[in-house]
Amino acid sequence: MPPILWLIPGLPLFGFVALYLSAGRMPHRAAAAIGVGSIGLATLLAFAFAHWFLGASLPGDVYLETAWRWITIGGFDPAVAFRLDPLSLVMMLVVTFVGFLIHLYSAEFMAKDEGYGRFFAYMNLFVAAMLTLVLADNLLVLYAGWEGVGLASYLLIGFWYRDPANGAAARKAFILTRIGDTAFIIGLFLLFHELGTLDIATLMARAHETWATGSAVANAAAALLLAGALGKSAQLPLQTWLPDAMAGPTPVSALLHAATMVTAGVYLIARTHELFELAPAVEFTVAVIGAATLLLAACSALNQHDIKRILAYSTMSQIGYMFLALGVGAWTAAIFHFMTHAFFKALLFLAAGAVMMRLNDEHDIFRMGGLWRRMPVAFVSFLIGASSLAALPLVTAGFYSKDMILWGVWSSGPAGPGLWATGFVGAFITALYSFRAVFVMFFGDARRTPSGRYGWCIVAPLAVLSALALTGGFVNIPSALGNVNSFSDLLAPVLPARQEVTTASTTQALVMAATSLLVLLGVYLAYLTYIQRAQVLRRIATSSPARALAGFWFGGWGFDTLYEHIFVRPFLALARLNRNDIVDACYGGLVVASRTLNRALSRTVTGRVRAYAAWVAVGSLAALAIALFLQ
Amino acid sequence: MASVSPSQALLLAMILFALGLAGVLARRNLVFLLMSIEIMLNAAGLAFVVAGSRWHQPDGQILFILVLTLAASEVAVGLALILRIHQRNASLDADAAAKLKG
Amino acid sequence: MNAAFYLAAAVAVIATVLTITRTSAVHALLYLVVSLLAVAVVFYVLGAPFAAALEVIVYAGAIIVLFVFVVMMLNLGEAAAAEERRWIAPRYWIGPAALSALLAAELCYLYVSGAAQPSGGAVRPTVVGAALFGPYLLAVELASMLLLAGLVGAYHIGRHLFADGAARAGPDGPRGE
Repeated sequence: MPPILWLIPGLPLFGFVALYLSAGRMPHRAAAAIGVGSIGLATLLAFAFAHWFLGASLPGDVYLETAWRWITIGGFDPAVAFRLDPLSLVMMLVVTFVGFLIHLYSAEFMAKDEGYGRFFAYMNLFVAAMLTLVLADNLLVLYAGWEGVGLASYLLIGFWYRDPANGAAARKAFILTRIGDTAFIIGLFLLFHELGTLDIATLMARAHETWATGSAVANAAAALLLAGALGKSAQLPLQTWLPDAMAGPTPVSALLHAATMVTAGVYLIARTHELFELAPAVEFTVAVIGAATLLLAACSALNQHDIKRILAYSTMSQIGYMFLALGVGAWTAAIFHFMTHAFFKALLFLAAGAVMMRLNDEHDIFRMGGLWRRMPVAFVSFLIGASSLAALPLVTAGFYSKDMILWGVWSSGPAGPGLWATGFVGAFITALYSFRAVFVMFFGDARRTPSGRYGWCIVAPLAVLSALALTGGFVNIPSALGNVNSFSDLLAPVLPARQEVTTASTTQALVMAATSLLVLLGVYLAYLTYIQRAQVLRRIATSSPARALAGFWFGGWGFDTLYEHIFVRPFLALARLNRNDIVDACYGGLVVASRTLNRALSRTVTGRVRAYAAWVAVGSLAALAIALFLQ
Repeated sequence: MASVSPSQALLLAMILFALGLAGVLARRNLVFLLMSIEIMLNAAGLAFVVAGSRWHQPDGQILFILVLTLAASEVAVGLALILRIHQRNASLDADAAAKLKG
Repeated sequence: MNAAFYLAAAVAVIATVLTITRTSAVHALLYLVVSLLAVAVVFYVLGAPFAAALEVIVYAGAIIVLFVFVVMMLNLGEAAAAEERRWIAPRYWIGPAALSALLAAELCYLYVSGAAQPSGGAVRPTVVGAALFGPYLLAVELASMLLLAGLVGAYHIGRHLFADGAARAGPDGPRGE
């Protein structure tokens, strides 16, 4: 295979440059051709590389390609290098393929928008940065991609910049992820300072050799990297930006804030998992944060009525599952769930977008209803996506990945069952809110009449993603059901399988059955509440403690208010206090001082000769005195 | 004839110089000011001559001649200026001549 | 010959003190002449007869005489004298006296310490003349230029003194223009 791995992030980058330089003057067909075409070519190239990589057996199962040496300063000489190993292969394929589908979808979805060219430019920039991130061989190139996706996220959330609320949401996202990014780069400084390199393979090997498990420096480095991941993946405590990020166009929410960008944190931890293995305390923190976030977000999703916010909280919750898996050492399970989540979450967002498109951009699910007959395509897609999200047993991809996570959590050690319980409850609530959305949106009385039709650019991606959301899980089936391990085997060289504490397959089957029952219970409960409108449930739902709880959950468990009071208000007060700019006052002080000196000295200019003579005498006196003392 | 200690002669020069300086600073009348300056110049010339005498060289006296020349031309111009100022301000107050232009 | 030196030095100092404390300009000038003559004696005692002669002829004889001419021309009357008495009240002497005393003390400390005894003999005018025509030729030329500049300057400044017709001084002080 010729050394053109760099073209995979390179083609979208060229697309970005071409579209950006055209400054919106390109006709829509050309812009779409470049925007979608660049990603399409990258996808083809990615598949070609995948085919070649899986066929050839490379030493260490790694293919390295160095583009150029970035900088050489006193022992620090990172190269712009790309690495293709099973983990980055999976990430690359998901990013390019799902990205291509979403780009195709946006070609029709954004057709009436005046910023068409700009949209594709930013989307291409995003894909280029994301691919740089996943294909990076050293942490510096990864960080460059990390920053790139942050920039693209800012540009795309605030895409409709004329509305200041969108700009505020974009800023909020950027600032919160920035906090994580700062921790990340401090972690990079620490790693370089201690281990002398940023090349990932070398770094992990050296860390293994020189740092003891549980040492302070390992904990510090892992904690800093974790902070970076928390920011990008919208986990506790940096999670408040994700719901507001839904201000961007729906394809953006699908690509960035569901399928790919928010999973960058998951990828980072998986990539540097040896480091986390050296810091068990931090690893456990990852699991705890994952568990907490998944419950928090699931509860919040339960009573939102903006469909995009439901999906945003749902994303937060599912990434919590991935973090939970990472935290107990089930790396492969986390990546598996990432893959299936990319499929069904992108599907959900695109389907929701399809619904919104034909309902004149209506977001509120309680203003929709009875759409299953009028919009069969959107209905089927959304139903499949919701089923996969809820992890409906046996037929959906989500089931297999979520089950792998829950089994991994259960059998991970003494804290296992406790963490498993949160995942268990989370699964119930997930089923509840996803089918709540389905039933409210598509069943019941029709309130709005949809207009227009779908073109093939909308239908094709929905179809493909639906197929994947159903079948994507069959690459890894637990032993109780069929024992297919293709995915784990693929990732084994990079993400070694954990030793499971209990390997009894009956326990596994029991756990699986319990989860499946709970999920079905959740679906049934949603059915009772929203279709049958059972009175008992309605009375519970409208009682005052339930209302208070609902209000609390609606606001994302009060985190926005908390941060507002702790950080934003004091900072604004400080800014108002410094309205007259202390630093400027210092410069003003210089002016005042020189003016005062001037006025003082001017008083000596009297014009009186004798006074001048006196000053000369005093001066010569002083000079002679100095000469005397210096002798 | 020349058994005078140069230190003592220099002492005399310093005293005369200091007296001249006191006169410059204390007197308000322009004529007296100029006179005091002359005293100072004379003291400086005395110092030169003392030095020349100590080294038994003519250089001291030659420098004294130059000082004299300087004093002469300075007095000429100075007195002309005093006359002009007197004509303009109707007094010889040095402080009154502090503002020259208007 | 030290007695002559000390006597002349005393006269010079006393005459100088009197010069700077008089109210009448003419009196002060006369005391100044005495001081200069005393200094001329000091020059002679120091073995610089040519300098002594020049001091008498040029300094006392030309420069001070010029002063006298101008003072006479100014024709300061009684009002000016009264003003003068006001101007030299003792309290105006404190600052200058202090300053001068300090300066004198410093200078004396710096210079009047361990100077060697002079080598004998006077420096005769012949030697001085030879030096003037020799190494100091340029200095002489420059001095003459300085004199020329002074001459021209004084002439120019004094040109308009009587041209406007209102410059004549009266007994009560001049009427200014």
